[in-house]
Amino acid sequence: MNPLTAQDFTSDQDVRWCPGCGDYSILKQVQTILPELGRSPSETVFVSGIGCSSRFPYYLNTYGLHGIHGRATSIASGLKMLRPELSVWVITGDGDGLSIGGNQLIHLLRRNLDLQILLFNNEIYGLTKGQFSPTSEMGKHTKSSPWGSIDHPFNPLALALGADATFVARGLDRDPVHLRGVLKAAAAHRGSSLVEIYQNCNVFNDGAFEPYSDKKQRDLSRLMLETGQPLRYGAEGEWGIALDGLQPKVVSMAEYSPDDLWIHQPEDRTKAWILSRFFDEPIGENALPRPFGVLYAENRAIYEDLLHQQLRTAHEASPKHSLDALLAGNNTWSIES
Amino acid sequence: METTDLLQATVLFAGDSGDGMQLTGFQFSNTTAFQGNDLSTFPDFPAEIRAPAGTVSGVSGFKIHFGSVEIHTPGGEADTLVAMNAAALKKYLEEVKPRGLVVVNRGGFDAKNLHLAGYDDGAQPLEEAKARGFEVIEVDMSRMVREALLDSGLGTREAERSKNMFALGLVYWLYQRDLAPSERFLQQRFHSKPEVLQANLKVLKAGYHYGETAEIFNHRYHIGPAALPAGRYRNITGNEGLALGLIAAAEKAGLRLFYAGYPITPASDILHELSKHKERGVMSFQAEDEIAAVTAAIGAAFGGGLAVTATSGPGMALKTEGIGLAIMLELPLVIVNVQRGGPSTGLPTKTEQSDLFQAVYGRNGEAPLVVMAAQSPRDCFDAAYQACTLALEHMVPVILLSDGYIGNGAEPWKFPAAEALRPIMPPLFHGDSTYRPYERDENHVRTWAWPGQEGAQHRIGGLEKQDGSGNVSYDADNHQHMVRIRAAKVARVAESMPEARIELGSEQPDVLVVGWGSTHGAIRTAVQHLVETGAPVAQLHLRLIHPFPRGLETVLARAKTVLVPELNLGQLLEMLKAAYPSVDFRPLHKVKGQPFLASEIEARITELLTELAHA
Repeated sequence: MNPLTAQDFTSDQDVRWCPGCGDYSILKQVQTILPELGRSPSETVFVSGIGCSSRFPYYLNTYGLHGIHGRATSIASGLKMLRPELSVWVITGDGDGLSIGGNQLIHLLRRNLDLQILLFNNEIYGLTKGQFSPTSEMGKHTKSSPWGSIDHPFNPLALALGADATFVARGLDRDPVHLRGVLKAAAAHRGSSLVEIYQNCNVFNDGAFEPYSDKKQRDLSRLMLETGQPLRYGAEGEWGIALDGLQPKVVSMAEYSPDDLWIHQPEDRTKAWILSRFFDEPIGENALPRPFGVLYAENRAIYEDLLHQQLRTAHEASPKHSLDALLAGNNTWSIES
Repeated sequence: METTDLLQATVLFAGDSGDGMQLTGFQFSNTTAFQGNDLSTFPDFPAEIRAPAGTVSGVSGFKIHFGSVEIHTPGGEADTLVAMNAAALKKYLEEVKPRGLVVVNRGGFDAKNLHLAGYDDGAQPLEEAKARGFEVIEVDMSRMVREALLDSGLGTREAERSKNMFALGLVYWLYQRDLAPSERFLQQRFHSKPEVLQANLKVLKAGYHYGETAEIFNHRYHIGPAALPAGRYRNITGNEGLALGLIAAAEKAGLRLFYAGYPITPASDILHELSKHKERGVMSFQAEDEIAAVTAAIGAAFGGGLAVTATSGPGMALKTEGIGLAIMLELPLVIVNVQRGGPSTGLPTKTEQSDLFQAVYGRNGEAPLVVMAAQSPRDCFDAAYQACTLALEHMVPVILLSDGYIGNGAEPWKFPAAEALRPIMPPLFHGDSTYRPYERDENHVRTWAWPGQEGAQHRIGGLEKQDGSGNVSYDADNHQHMVRIRAAKVARVAESMPEARIELGSEQPDVLVVGWGSTHGAIRTAVQHLVETGAPVAQLHLRLIHPFPRGLETVLARAKTVLVPELNLGQLLEMLKAAYPSVDFRPLHKVKGQPFLASEIEARITELLTELAHA
């Protein structure tokens, strides 16, 4: 059999996002890595909610379900419980996953079903034409917040860690190579993988992530995480992060040696917590850069394994009775004719 | 001592919600079923788990109607009330027949209990009841139980907890019931607690012997076995029967049952029952909310399971959007609504039929689905099995309406043989052609391909889609076509169901009584009584409500007047009026959280007969 290609995962439908939308890049990276995962299109299912990102399944030649707002997570949960052998992906956005679907998202994360959640964060409602979202910054002027938003934004990765997610990562639409790496790591993880992808909405929120994508700014504002490596950033790696107790601080490599730096260990929950709080605008002296890559990965029992294990144990403990025995129950009596 | 032969009797056990009245009533039902009586029960308990002890709001009751004749309702007024405290008497005395028997636990009528029950200082409710003609028997059960258990090693409080068994023993004596079934039950329940077991057995017998030796009763009653159809029987509650119907349907369809629910009164027992059957591969999922429950079920339906969710009124409201999605996806899904009093939180433990409009009409868009109703506890199995059959074979969501009255009520059930159950044949895709998700058969039913099937990959969603290909389509004509075809598909379901028929009475009645759901028993009792007197009346009860069954118009047209009794303000009535404008429909509404009494329906029919006679 010929190896699968991106073409095998591409449907015949025209892609209908706005020209220049960050979704195109994400779609391309997903189509690029899918053939490398060892699963055929027919064993792969994409489930989405509502929003621009949720059109995603139509463009893949896999099984797909475009659900209702905020509930892709629970649709995918039911599917994965019933059919644990499938490769299941959830496509959601900041409105879909963090606003209307917040409850479903956190409960999926705590249950830890083995599926991938790609959260396209553009910090705006795009499909409804530009209202502030639960990840929009305070003070944001939109159609629904002409005086500036007074909503404190969610920190999606801290939220995921708070819900005991077992895999938490961040990628960027404009860094395709890095994004593909994150996506592959998410697919390889056994458990619920939450990947927040910074996605530019060039129509309603253009440039929201420019500090992390713009070549002139990004070296000083983003921190690319690599397992086992010290946290360093800057064009020449001239800055580092050291831990002073539990307090992260920016240090100059002119004064510090790499051995003094924080070494990235994604299995360390405490460090992941601290990394998730690198969330202020990365501007100014001592500002912490925004981390990208896998912040946290933990092996924990997955829900569908536990579920099917229970079914097997119950079955073995009590060999299947006939349907007749079930219908009769334990107490019957007869009435003679 | 005289023994009086009776055809039927109604006994009402009532006490504080901590007094174990539900268990007592359930034991009495079980024993009575074993003795071959037909029966029907009605548990009536407060919404609070432990409402303040001794108060009227904390009273829990269990009514059982049994007889040597056919029994269709839990009875009207009680022949015998067992009241464990003053609050129980206060709550239920008005539901006892004139001159009826009232057995009270004297210990529950001290000054404190009278005060908690809300009687005025100095009130003497027992004396007043006697003065009104009730036969009041006072037994100091609390004291007798304490004395019987002096050497049991149990503390006073623990000993007193078995006083419900004393009451049960006493009523067993009164109605000549066998102690053995309850003894067996106690042995199973308390086998790991020998002192508690011995105490309960001793107290049960003590109650029975007290009846025999104390000469407090003037009568004993004998009710012979009923002439039920031959076969094997068990007792079943509506919720249990419904759960078994779902399991049986999944096995007969060769699918895994996937049930998702969120705890809600009075539907939770379905979740509990299904959670017991993991050995059969039943997947029960307690979701984080009602929305997750219905949408997880949709995910499972997409994956090829028999997907079911159950809830009650407020939960249905939350599931609405998900149900609309299932309609659009044309996936099989069974949604059970064990109705309760509404609106909003309403009366969680009380019964009502007020969610019919919600079931038939309550979604955005033109969103038709199949709506059907179960009519009695023993009917819940068949109703669930049929709901699954229709959902799977027609690729359509089905709402099955039950309610608190039949969900919690119990009856003897002549359970079917597994081989007698009709096989269920969902329209599976066999890979013999290019898969087009919205290609339809002559009943407008699409085929079902599951993820994992090579070459049948497809994408479906809540957006309007082109018929056949299933691709997203905003085409105007296609939308109108799809709206019509979804409606036509649902209408076609009536072809798979029996025609409307009169089940009892004249084929050309002056008054035809048309009902749905749990009112069946009360209507049946009323109509039967009138038919026996030769009155030109008849009963037709709807299983299928949307669409209406075939032949309904013909049956309705043969009646002069059609009475539609409902536990709402006339929801079926409005649907019937809209569908059959030339028929003379008359309402009978009751929205008290309680089922109809047969006498209420009979009175209304009689009124209509008189009106017709004078017309």
